[in-house]
Amino acid sequence: MTTFNDRIALPPVDAQKTNMTCHFCIVGCGYNVYKWDANKEGGRAPNQNALGLDFRTQLPAMAVTLTPAMTNTVVDKNGKRSNIMIVPDKACVVNSGLSSTRGGKMATYMYNPQGITQERLQLPQFYAGDQWLDTTWDYAMAVYAGLIKKIIDNDGPRSIFYSAFDHGGAGGGFENTWGSGKLMFSAIQTPSVRIHNRPAYNSECHATREMGIGELNNSYEDAQLADVVWSIGGNPYETQTNYFLNHWLPNIMGSTIDKKKKLFGNEPVGESKVIFVDPRKNSTISLCELQAKNRTLHLDIQPGTDIALFNGLFTYVIEQGWVDKDFIAKHTKGFDDAAKANKLSLEECSKITGVSIDKLKKAAEWSYKPKANGVMPRAMHSYEKGIIWGNDNYLIQSALVDLVIATHNVGRRGTGVVRMGGHQEGYTRPPHPTGEKIYIDQEIIKGNGRMMTWWACNNFQTSNNAQQLREVVLKRSQIVKEAMSKARGASSEEMVNVIYDATSRGGLFVASINLYPTSLKEAAHMMLPATQPGEMNLTSMNGERRIRLSQKFMDAPGEAKPDCLIAAMVANTIKAQYEKEGNAVMAKRFSGFDWKTEEDAFNDGFRQAGRPGAGPIDSQGGDTGYMATYALLAKAGNNGVQLPIKEVQGDKLIGTPMIYADNKFDTKDGKAHFKPSPWPGLPKPVETQKQKYAFWINNGRANEVWQTAYHDQYNDFVRGRYPMAYLEINPGDASALGISAGDVVEVFNDYGSTFAMAYPVKDAKPKQTFMLFGYVKGIAGDVTTEWVDRNVIPYYKGTYANIKRVGSMSDFKRTVSFKRRAYDNV
Amino acid sequence: MESNESRRNFLKVTGIGSAVAVGSAASLVSNPANAAPGNSAVLAYPERAIGKAAGMKVNTPVTFNYPDASSPCVAIKMDGPVAGGVGPNNDVVAYSTLCTHMGCPVNYDQQAKTFKCPCHFSVFDPEHLGQMVCGQATENLPKIELKYDSGTDSFKAVGVNGLIYGRASNIL
Repeated sequence: MTTFNDRIALPPVDAQKTNMTCHFCIVGCGYNVYKWDANKEGGRAPNQNALGLDFRTQLPAMAVTLTPAMTNTVVDKNGKRSNIMIVPDKACVVNSGLSSTRGGKMATYMYNPQGITQERLQLPQFYAGDQWLDTTWDYAMAVYAGLIKKIIDNDGPRSIFYSAFDHGGAGGGFENTWGSGKLMFSAIQTPSVRIHNRPAYNSECHATREMGIGELNNSYEDAQLADVVWSIGGNPYETQTNYFLNHWLPNIMGSTIDKKKKLFGNEPVGESKVIFVDPRKNSTISLCELQAKNRTLHLDIQPGTDIALFNGLFTYVIEQGWVDKDFIAKHTKGFDDAAKANKLSLEECSKITGVSIDKLKKAAEWSYKPKANGVMPRAMHSYEKGIIWGNDNYLIQSALVDLVIATHNVGRRGTGVVRMGGHQEGYTRPPHPTGEKIYIDQEIIKGNGRMMTWWACNNFQTSNNAQQLREVVLKRSQIVKEAMSKARGASSEEMVNVIYDATSRGGLFVASINLYPTSLKEAAHMMLPATQPGEMNLTSMNGERRIRLSQKFMDAPGEAKPDCLIAAMVANTIKAQYEKEGNAVMAKRFSGFDWKTEEDAFNDGFRQAGRPGAGPIDSQGGDTGYMATYALLAKAGNNGVQLPIKEVQGDKLIGTPMIYADNKFDTKDGKAHFKPSPWPGLPKPVETQKQKYAFWINNGRANEVWQTAYHDQYNDFVRGRYPMAYLEINPGDASALGISAGDVVEVFNDYGSTFAMAYPVKDAKPKQTFMLFGYVKGIAGDVTTEWVDRNVIPYYKGTYANIKRVGSMSDFKRTVSFKRRAYDNV
Repeated sequence: MESNESRRNFLKVTGIGSAVAVGSAASLVSNPANAAPGNSAVLAYPERAIGKAAGMKVNTPVTFNYPDASSPCVAIKMDGPVAGGVGPNNDVVAYSTLCTHMGCPVNYDQQAKTFKCPCHFSVFDPEHLGQMVCGQATENLPKIELKYDSGTDSFKAVGVNGLIYGRASNIL
């Protein structure tokens, strides 16, 4: 706006105001979008601007969050320019007016042809010969849909591969999971689908679901009510920021004690304690130690030993009698078998995990020893990628949930055993056609499959064993590219034949449906432009099952379309091709996509689940999702409703804050099932790397970067901070290798090699590093192994590598701060 | 420990030929022409005397208000040249002390050499143009543009790069 970026335009009182749930993390903070004529500006007096704030004088602290990043100028298809402002909603119970560094940039990330989003895909693009050309949707569909049809007709659908989102927020949502799911599973009927962040079609929470406990079973408010909050493999200040700041921290600081007294009567209550399970001292741990040193406990286990930790605690609480015998007898099954299988003494547990017996006892006493009045403490157990991408997902969850069930820490306020989450949720799809969990990356590596579509995701940056995947995809893609470049003057039908023939010679046709070209552009033959929330209406639910409608407020760039409507175009194109051939059976299989808007897709999927005559639909809305109309959700605003919906009272949707309060669990017999989960040691490929290489390469997300940096890579605020993925390393280790802050280092093992920017931190233990995951430059997945658990869930966190200095990057040293990211200064 | 290492590296880098680049980058940012009246892209910032270079102690903040009495700022003489630094050693920088996130006053941590916000824990680095080290802001700390007059050995504030919290415009 100006040289100094030192002023913003205020929304006038008559600015359009709509609701927006944050595009990014699971927490789903509520925001308001203001939009008004770019030639107008609100005044500074409170009655002259839509915020109702007095900008004639300095506003006091906490009055507002309003920064230049929260503003932008957009252009609609009619050429009209508008200013927009996207600011956090104080009335939203999730964030109460707080914004994170990610959500606070939403306005910046809306399309502006002069802005940092100018690289957005606007038109379908086709790789023709040696360059990318814009093309029409008709041509793109003729080739893309034509190829699908040819493969189905000649080979069956199994050779049609997808890697697709399964979540909410940007690149997801109930409309789009349904649209894409109906295309893949009902119409094409391919089983060869993987999910954006794991190499097969599977859940991240098989064990807990089999035990009868869905992974999102409490409310964010329960973190305000707990006696003890566990963070297992999580870092909530950085990755679920306002859940931590608005719900955990007030409990840790004691400001929710009155609320507890009101709810729990005479039960002893106080400030909460917090227990972290993480080999790394992350920034949330530092913060909690600073705020409440004596009520923070860090169980800094040896990498991959979570199962042993929970088995040791499970055994100990049984020995102490700190289990809810009545609850176990009435509402659970399999306790004795699990107790026997998981038995591990505290001494053994301490030896395996590296955590002292004193600390183990303290954790157990804080969390499970009955309170003064004999009431079981309220311990909320939260977990995330440290165990979801851990050793091994299924067994860790089993061991954890065994401990939770035995101590009855589910179904009571202030408890819960819950995922913290990555993206928001938003799942509504027909069932997978065969239920197989096919390791798609390995299928591609083996040369199988004829076409691969990456749908709103980018596994070049986010898969395990990523380097090998990229190498094979690029090689196979090149076979198709060469064939296409020779198909001069070909009709779309002829082009389909050329591509198909090339895939018979080992080639792989690659399509990417996304907001941006992404690093997949190098391999792709076709890129289709998609939309994000705000350019379409979109519903998602957050980590406490709170569904909200993010309202459309601007046109999408160019010809970009919602993913559900892209799916409909593909289906309708194939349907027309079958109709032309007179194949009524196949035409019928591709019918049911007569959607004009995303709301049509929402009504066809989310609102049909469980309805008479509808086929089977797996929906997070359950059988009562039909009650949630767009109109009612719009009225519910940024507070939405917590699924499942119980009823509609007038125009108000009534939801469910706490699941399993009635002790009825999601098993056939309604009981919670214990699951034996003995400590297995490390998987062989991981153990092999550990023996051969010096450093543990832990990896994960950081506060400032959202996922693959698909927007952030263009934003100097983020790119300037992290010009490449950083690698936290112990200062002594760095010094021994001649590495100083800002040096470029190579990280390499049997699986691959990647580069990173060295960031020595005193918190890093010797030989234990942490690398930013999924980044656009420096891909941690290049050195992760191909090992997966029984459900094809990778152990992203478990790899070892050597590190060597590549050289010094004077620019990084000049422009990037290498000061301590953690807040405390101990 | 880290910050010392980082600083040593920085000095090492500037010592091998990048000092010129740092100096020129700094002079671009603080070019007083950018703040000249009549340039419509820049607000009419006042010029305000901050103090003399000789009076500043290394790593000790000097408080002042700019561009008006309700906007608290500090100037700090760092322990050597830094990006955006002015003065005889290119080592003096100044920032608004209202966190860009929600306006809480940031504290200068002399040991870590960072500004820290106690409300939502954002951390900013004065030695790297106010870069957010970690935290919930979407903007680095607004940098107060300083002009050094060698004749009088004194600093003047002449502009603000970045929006001060709680304002629609830096000039009320």
